Amino acid sequence: MITLENVGLRYGNAPEVLSDVNLRIEKSSFQYLTGPSGAGKTSLLRLLFMSLRPTRGVVSLFGRATGDLAPKEVAALRRRVGVVFQDFRLLDHLTTYENVALPLRVQGRAESSYRADVIELLRWVGLGNRMHVLPPVLSGGEKQRAAIARAVIGQPELLLADEPTGNVDPQLGRRLLRLLIELNKLGTSIIIATHDVMLMEQFDARRLVLHDGHLQVFERGGA
Amino acid sequence: MNEVTAERPEAEEDHPKANAIVPPRSVAGTALTLVVAIMSFLACLSAGAVSLVSDAADAWGAQIAREVTIEIASIDPDVDDRILRAAAIARAAPGIGSVTVMSSEDAGELLAPWLGRQADLSDLPIPRLIRVAIADPAQVDLAALSQKLEAEIPGAILDDHRVWTDRLVAMARTTVALGLGILVLVLMATILSVVFATRAAMAGNRDVVHVLDVIGAGDSFIAGEFQRHFLLLGLRGGAIGGLAAMLLFLLFGLFVSVGAGTPEADQILALVGAPEVGLSGYLAALGIVLLIAVLTAATSRMTVRRYLALAAES
Ligand SMILES: Nc1ncnc2c1ncn2[C@@H]1O[C@H](COP(=O)(O)OP(=O)(O)OP(=O)(O)O)[C@@H](O)[C@H]1O
Ligand SMILES: [Mg+2]
Repeated sequence: MITLENVGLRYGNAPEVLSDVNLRIEKSSFQYLTGPSGAGKTSLLRLLFMSLRPTRGVVSLFGRATGDLAPKEVAALRRRVGVVFQDFRLLDHLTTYENVALPLRVQGRAESSYRADVIELLRWVGLGNRMHVLPPVLSGGEKQRAAIARAVIGQPELLLADEPTGNVDPQLGRRLLRLLIELNKLGTSIIIATHDVMLMEQFDARRLVLHDGHLQVFERGGA
Repeated sequence: MNEVTAERPEAEEDHPKANAIVPPRSVAGTALTLVVAIMSFLACLSAGAVSLVSDAADAWGAQIAREVTIEIASIDPDVDDRILRAAAIARAAPGIGSVTVMSSEDAGELLAPWLGRQADLSDLPIPRLIRVAIADPAQVDLAALSQKLEAEIPGAILDDHRVWTDRLVAMARTTVALGLGILVLVLMATILSVVFATRAAMAGNRDVVHVLDVIGAGDSFIAGEFQRHFLLLGLRGGAIGGLAAMLLFLLFGLFVSVGAGTPEADQILALVGAPEVGLSGYLAALGIVLLIAVLTAATSRMTVRRYLALAAES
């Protein structure tokens, strides 16, 4: 579904953050992306939602090379991808409910068609009583959950989550992980960037390990 | 901050009116509304002036074309005899309506707006006038009449006001061109202010734009979210300026009709006829208000799209 071929990435004239990355992400697959801080996890995810272009090599999404797509096509591809940012990126002037509903709203859907789904999801992530509150008054963990809810509400084909459990206690971390596993069972490919070893031990899955700009892949089961 | 809304009990599942994706306060600056209002005011004023002048010129031109004047120098002692003869010649010509000999008092009345009523005109060599109304312009041969008058009555001149009408037309054209030029400049200045304001609004809403971009909202949706505010702002600013201009038109008309009889008002009346901004002026003002609103919205849309296209390339 997603392929990276000989991808290299550098910011400006700095040395390459990513070098010769080759990777395939299958439909309905589940993987962790890990590696030390500054290894380039966020950068790799940004390549996948086309917020960055590779300096060399080819990134293909859903069978389309992302090199020279028209803006419309980029937007159409992005609707099939959900992103959880490390720093959440919630819009402070919209309520939690509105933030989570945003991906559906921009698709032009009527609010009545998705209201129940959004409320159900908010309850599921424990934000049922924080729906009409603005993000500045949410705790870090609450923001995290809102950010995850916004990424999954549209049932994307690919979910990119950057440190989705970084701000929550282990119990809530497990709950969120379960949400992502459920989503995966419904057919969404999941990539979770994390250095949370506990999280990775809870649910064994393929691991993509970044180190010194190079990517090593460890298939599930420690192979 | 007043952003912290009160928490609502969960049971109450009615939903508050959706917040705009781009917060209005981040766009609709009072300063820009004021700029648009001022621009719209100026544009409407110049449109009103154009309408005023061209209406007056039309009326004046039509009036003049139906009337000629015979002038006879008043220094000659037998001027009264000549006047009678000239009037007779005019009456005899084909297509002529009424022929009115004007007394020196009439001439003084005509000059009153400029010289005042107290002026002693008897010392001035003011020519005596005969007003000749034209009944049927097709039958009248002004050239023949003029020749005949000049041949038979020394010092008589037929003035068909052509010089005047030509000048009038030229003045009206110049005024219209000037007005349109000002209009174009004002609109351009409006567009530029909106471009700057849109860029500022986008810079201020970088996070919003980024999130919308990442969730695949598309350039056109994002541009629409900004455009919606700018359309409102353009309508509001345009309406304020337009209404102010129309109020001024009304006051101007009122000033002249109330002030009739005062030298100032008389001068204006004598110059441009009834100096009221006609329906065309009000319609033009209305059109300008709408044009400014549409221009504001379209400009912001184009600016956003340009910004996004550039951002996508980098
Ligand atoms: N916009 C940028 N401009 C320049 N350098 C950048 C930019 N973004 C990231 N970098 C650099 O690229 C390297 C990889 O950063 P990245 O954010 O991808 O790491 P990461 O693996 O996500 O780290 P962390 O675990 O701390 O989130 C870092 O050295 C970082 O300084
Ligand atoms: Mg990171």
